[in-house]
Amino acid sequence: MVPLVAFQLLSAALFAIGIYGVMARRSAVLIVMSIELMLNAVNINLIAAASHLEGTGRWANFDGHIIAIFIITVAAAEVGLGMAIILRMYRNRSTVNVDEINLMKW
Amino acid sequence: MIQSGHTRVSNTLDGIHSYEHRFCPAPFKRGPIDVSWFLFIILAIFTLGGGLGVVVTRNVVHAALFLLVSLVAVAGLYLILFAEFLALVQVLIYGGAIIIVLIFAIMLTRTAEYPYISDNKQWPLAAVAAAAVGVVLGAAFLDNNLSQTTPNSPAFADLANSLFTTWAIPFEVASLVLLVALIGAIIIARTGEDNR
Repeated sequence: MVPLVAFQLLSAALFAIGIYGVMARRSAVLIVMSIELMLNAVNINLIAAASHLEGTGRWANFDGHIIAIFIITVAAAEVGLGMAIILRMYRNRSTVNVDEINLMKW
Repeated sequence: MIQSGHTRVSNTLDGIHSYEHRFCPAPFKRGPIDVSWFLFIILAIFTLGGGLGVVVTRNVVHAALFLLVSLVAVAGLYLILFAEFLALVQVLIYGGAIIIVLIFAIMLTRTAEYPYISDNKQWPLAAVAAAAVGVVLGAAFLDNNLSQTTPNSPAFADLANSLFTTWAIPFEVASLVLLVALIGAIIIARTGEDNR
């Protein structure tokens, strides 16, 4: 059986890749994709813990599954709204480069 | 509590091809190596390779396709963890909906500048920060000594019971969040000339 720590290390690596993408990319669409990678890393971690550990106290041992379902729901809402904002940004400024969206930058 | 009556589906991948392993580092020595290890390694390669492809490639459409590879591999990881419902949801929502929305956005914002705006100047700092976060998280995960059971999964009925009783209010709030997000997306994305 694959131990919990293997899944946790995989999710840490995927989260680090997502952080690199968010910080290094300049296209807004690519930044949203990197955020999706980070959300998936968190989901892997939650489901691995829910599947390998016993629930204690008020937590059933499958509550990680339910929180992962909520994370996927919020990710879907986030992508829909984020894409609408990116389309609006592209229509107003005709760029999706986040380095050029500096109107509110001090 | 409704959660206490759930049944457990036992781990059926264990012991299919069991034999003792010699080359595993210390934190991984928890049992005989088996077929779930091979599946895990293959899926981990696809997950991390797809993720690296997303953050490295200069072509935005290729980045979306790499993201699809990574997300489907994550669905496979859920199957190793016996979370069948989550694997189904992952393929349906991420593979089916989110990738399509991302590709639509790439298509509607197609500019000639995409190949030239892939990375900014601070990417070495970003690499250092990402490596630091990865090392800290990995050290924290290697340090824990929680008592583990064999991988098990809830039955669908228990998951649904818990979702609609214990988690009913977060469920309703999530539906409200989706509604607000979709209405907001429509209002933000429309041109403003069609509201007469």
